[in-house]
Amino acid sequence: MAMDDAIVFFLDDRLCRIDGIDPNTTVLEWLRGAAGRRGTKEGCAEGDCGACTIVVGTPDAAGGLSCHAVNACIQPIATLDGCEAFTVESLRDDTGALHPAQAAMVECHGSQCGFCTPGFVMSLYALLHDGTPAGDEPTRRALAGNLCRCTGYRPILDAAARMRELPGTGRDFTAGIPARRARLDALARARGLRHQGGGRSWYAPRNLAELDAAIAEAPEAVFVAGATDLGLEITKTHRRFDALIHLGSVAELQGIRDAGSHLDIGAGVSWRDAHAALAALWPGMDELIARFAGLQIRNVATIGGNLANASPIGDGAPALLALDATLDLWRAGRRRSVALSDFFLGYRRTALQPGEIVARIRIPKPGAGTRFAAYKVAKRHDSDISAVCACFAVELGADGRIAACRIAYGGMAAVPLRLHGVETLATGRTWDEALDEDMVEALAGAMDPIDDLRASAAYRRMVASGLWLRFAAEHRDAAPLSETRVHG
Amino acid sequence: MDDPATMPRAPLGLPLPHDSATLHVTGEALYVDDLPEPPGLLHAVLALSPEAHAEILALDLDPALTLLGDNGLAVTARDIPGINDVGPMSGPEPILADGIVAYVGQPIAAVAAPELARARAAARAVRATYRRREAVLDIPAAMARAQYVCPPHRMTRGDAAAAIAAAPRRLSGTFAIGGQDHFYLEGQVAMALPQEDGGVRILSSTQHPSEVQKMVARVLGLPEAAVTCEVRRMGGGFGGKETQPAIFAAIAALLARRAGRPVKLRLDRDDDMTITGKRHDFHVRWSAGFDTEGRLHGVEMELAARAGHDADLSPAIVDRAMFHALNCYRAPAVSVAGYACRTNTQSNTAFRGFGGPQGMLAAEEMIDAIARDLAIDPIELRRRNLLVPGDATHYGQRIEHMALPRIFDALLDGVGYASRRAEIDAANDGPGFIRRGLGFAPVMFGISFTATAYNQAGALVHLYTDGSVLLNHGGTEMGQGLYRKVAQVVAAELGVPPGRVRLAATSTDKVPNTSATAASSGSDLNGAAAADACRKIRSRLADFAARAHGGAPDEIVFADGHVRGPSWSFDLATLATQAYRARVQLWDSGFYATPRIHYDRARNTGHPFYYYAFGAALCEAAIDILTGESRILRADLLHDVGRSINPAIDLGQVEGGFIQGLGWLTSEELVFDRDGRLRTHSPATYKIPTARDLPPDFRVRLLEGADNPVATIHRSKAVGEPPLMLANAAWLAIKDACAAAAGTRHVRLDAPATPEAILRACGRLPAR
Ligand SMILES: Cc1cc2nc3c(=O)[nH]c(=O)nc-3n(C[C@H](O)[C@H](O)[C@H](O)COP(=O)(O)OP(=O)(O)OC[C@H]3O[C@@H](n4cnc5c(N)ncnc54)[C@H](O)[C@@H]3O)c2cc1C
Ligand code: FES
Ligand code: FES
Repeated sequence: MAMDDAIVFFLDDRLCRIDGIDPNTTVLEWLRGAAGRRGTKEGCAEGDCGACTIVVGTPDAAGGLSCHAVNACIQPIATLDGCEAFTVESLRDDTGALHPAQAAMVECHGSQCGFCTPGFVMSLYALLHDGTPAGDEPTRRALAGNLCRCTGYRPILDAAARMRELPGTGRDFTAGIPARRARLDALARARGLRHQGGGRSWYAPRNLAELDAAIAEAPEAVFVAGATDLGLEITKTHRRFDALIHLGSVAELQGIRDAGSHLDIGAGVSWRDAHAALAALWPGMDELIARFAGLQIRNVATIGGNLANASPIGDGAPALLALDATLDLWRAGRRRSVALSDFFLGYRRTALQPGEIVARIRIPKPGAGTRFAAYKVAKRHDSDISAVCACFAVELGADGRIAACRIAYGGMAAVPLRLHGVETLATGRTWDEALDEDMVEALAGAMDPIDDLRASAAYRRMVASGLWLRFAAEHRDAAPLSETRVHG
Repeated sequence: MDDPATMPRAPLGLPLPHDSATLHVTGEALYVDDLPEPPGLLHAVLALSPEAHAEILALDLDPALTLLGDNGLAVTARDIPGINDVGPMSGPEPILADGIVAYVGQPIAAVAAPELARARAAARAVRATYRRREAVLDIPAAMARAQYVCPPHRMTRGDAAAAIAAAPRRLSGTFAIGGQDHFYLEGQVAMALPQEDGGVRILSSTQHPSEVQKMVARVLGLPEAAVTCEVRRMGGGFGGKETQPAIFAAIAALLARRAGRPVKLRLDRDDDMTITGKRHDFHVRWSAGFDTEGRLHGVEMELAARAGHDADLSPAIVDRAMFHALNCYRAPAVSVAGYACRTNTQSNTAFRGFGGPQGMLAAEEMIDAIARDLAIDPIELRRRNLLVPGDATHYGQRIEHMALPRIFDALLDGVGYASRRAEIDAANDGPGFIRRGLGFAPVMFGISFTATAYNQAGALVHLYTDGSVLLNHGGTEMGQGLYRKVAQVVAAELGVPPGRVRLAATSTDKVPNTSATAASSGSDLNGAAAADACRKIRSRLADFAARAHGGAPDEIVFADGHVRGPSWSFDLATLATQAYRARVQLWDSGFYATPRIHYDRARNTGHPFYYYAFGAALCEAAIDILTGESRILRADLLHDVGRSINPAIDLGQVEGGFIQGLGWLTSEELVFDRDGRLRTHSPATYKIPTARDLPPDFRVRLLEGADNPVATIHRSKAVGEPPLMLANAAWLAIKDACAAAAGTRHVRLDAPATPEAILRACGRLPAR
């Protein structure tokens, strides 16, 4: 089959068709290069500073568009196919009037050196429209993926409040959604995108059948979903992939379903989309997800990618281990299930066979006696990798005894760690302070973490075991957060 | 500049937006990497040393050259036609390693190709073989070998050892202060454009265009007049673009010269952080003698800094740490020793405060320990020890003015210090894992380059016949609002609306021999130079107008875009046109040299600082004793900016400086491995504050009714660096919480106060 599809998307209202571009090209490279849009900056090329933030609109399931901030620096250009993109240059209207996000930044003295500013403007632009509630705390959460070295952020937070009061000048992307959706629908393909450039290929199958065909055609191809890990291999280790299979359009990997006894989440669901659903059932997930990278990353990073990369320092794996999740895997027309606790085999090694993907994640729903907490500890509160991620789940019986216990950690070993041995110590016992003491001791003894740039082994062991006490205080003693969290 | 009351005001004191605010928010502000790329441009990438200290036995460029092809090229130290040295104070400090590598990340070769990706691949293909030498990586190792980049230096006043021995009480301590990466959002970048006459034009992101010009000329063996360096704006500098840009500009120029084509060298974040110098980390030892009232009798202090492999500005930085090692406190007998340790790491360099923050933190640690020892309220103890007018500092400068008592009162008014202290102490005895603390720190920061020669500036002001004004000066814009402030000075002097003043990029062919925009001196120096130029123009215009239309020159008023005599009024454009026709010069240059300052380093006497900037902060911190996580819950800041030229810009410097200081003292940790490799070389691992680290209760004020007792430009005060040190209060607040958690009077808290450092201070983890 010929691989001659152009990558097609809208940049503002301009239809862009890109032929023959190396699929390892990032959106940022294309914007600053061929598109001549140099307002979007590179501060790190790894998704950590937000200087490259743009807004991408994608067709959503409800027939509209979902518009979110993303980091252009690590997004492969072909992920824009079938979408619309806006950059800082898009915001002025034909009269030249500034958008409120821009006007408020000027009025509130939100820029000093100005290098972070286009990224902040785009994050503000997105949060004005993406349902982020007004108010200081939600705004700070939404902006934690944008670094500013000059202002100290206060004027930017002022601008975030002020823009909501300013008249709606500039380009408003809440307007004209039906027409914009229609023009994207008109781009719909008869089959998934197959693009080739610089001798390298990109496949974007729309369903599992097309996926199987793509794998059959390019067995050496590497999967990519949100590209928040894979993109860094391109920009930081300067690797060039000969063939990439994008999982973002595979329909079967999408959607969150309530399946009665459990929640069934597509592996291609972003952390952003999963956030509310997970937090509703397990309130302990709220903070963990809110502190998972910055919003631009969560907007695209998938749960499947987070598990499949088998990172020992990821946050999704320990939480889902403690929640006893099961994975549905898919390979060449065959589906199989693997308990997540059997999935991680070694350092960055999983039970996935070549050509096999994670399709869905099933999580049993909590019962009345379920107590669950996920604690992330890092040098910086937000947008940092965990030094320790500690996740605890217990099922409390009516008699006050622990009927079941699951404990999992990130950052403590070469794999996401489930501590079956220590779990049995708790099982069947009354949850009292004597048990707490035993648990802290047993946990400290059960782990042999390493020294690295994030923390020493001694620190990790101390914190990982001590967090059981926070869990007991919050979930048994109902201590107020002011006694258990500096951010309480 | 004599009597502020008679000086023009508007638009002085107005909170006008940054000169480029609209360009920033629309993405139209151009940084070096955004400029149109000239035809034939080559992209350069550096090959770096993987060794901390080694002889280069062989350097093999062939694999790289093969990848580069016909349009690419590679250079090493051997290709340098001039001198391989960009050392600002002493040399030689090579741009490309010559025979020996002295740190991991040192550039050993540079390659360039039309495509960046090809240049990257070629840089990785550069091969070298090394013979390892012993690497000295940290301060203790260098101190043990007495290995320094300049001779150790001591500032003494009286007999400190005797005073301490004779004092009723004695205390001593030691602690470590971490370094800090600048993390300007725009990395180092330079573009070199060969000119038709053998010269070269450099577009650089630099705080010091004159030094870039000089160093490029030196490396290429050209006269300085053949090199022009221009900078319109930087995406942040903070001191990291004072000396470092010369390295990259010189390499770009070398490649451009060899290729006969323009070359751009833009470092990616990893290379930037791996190659460039940072804020110095320090080891501090102090010992103090004092009486039971807590008054200091004698202080001995030892400040040892990691300078890195070369001197760079380290001698001056350690000096400034020593100048500020007693902050605002008086002691009759003092001995401060400074060591700039030579190590096989990046050559540390200027960073906002220039050693002052480390010296000042040492002083605050000492005072805090004494307050704990005597169980005297730490604010009260600080008051007792404040310098008073008439005192001499330990470097012999006579104190003429001391704003801190007033600042203490104004800051503490209404913050509920006593009741919060009581409430926190009670809560700390309660249940749970959270402990809180309070920290208070004053700042007294000396303003002037301590190298007296640098305290000069020039400006060039053009008035055109339509009444518009073009302003050139030697200062550079890195976000601090200098261009706006100087434009406000010019608008006030010429009596025009600020919109009439257009700002030209800083360029060495307009204003030569400039100093770095550094030491907080930008608006003091360049504002005064620009005012000087304006006054010459104004005075010629006034003479002309008096002759032509009547009245005395000194009766003529320049305001609101008009020039008014006793019985006449013209708009400036009309008068400028008349003056032009009458062949009156409408443009002029201005010059300023800070008066009064001098310092004799050998004798440790003089008046190195024209004046001091003052401020104080009170912070409340919470720590988690299970995890060591911390948070600043509330910060009250009060800072003295004199008569502000632009209060919005000044407030921005205070807030931004504080948060940057907070990062330095909490989450920003530079981690090296045993082989001397920096492991924290990108924002994935090096964590500057985010919006969530801003204290939820953040109250920042500029001191009301402030003035500058010396005749600075419109009696304003320098504001770039001093507020960074307000963050010392945050560190003290965390330390106070650690002491509550440990249940002991004294705790040792190293900076940065990472979760791990906090658990060590709390006694929950063993000391390192
Ligand atoms: C700035 C930044 C901050 C981050 N912070 C965090 C954090 O706080 N916590 C954390 O846990 N992670 C963090 N990450 C890592 C990353 O965002 C997550 O691991 C993310 O969930 C990966 O998902 P993705 O869709 O982007 O994966 P991709 O990058 O697209 O893919 C990752 C890997 O998984 C494979 N893969 C993807 N999907 C599947 C699938 N369905 N089946 C089989 N294989 C698949 C790919 O082939 C690839 O090897 C951060 C990353 C960045 C850049
Ligand atoms: S450039 Fe830093 S997040 Fe993209
Ligand atoms: S304004 Fe300089 S980094 Fe934000």
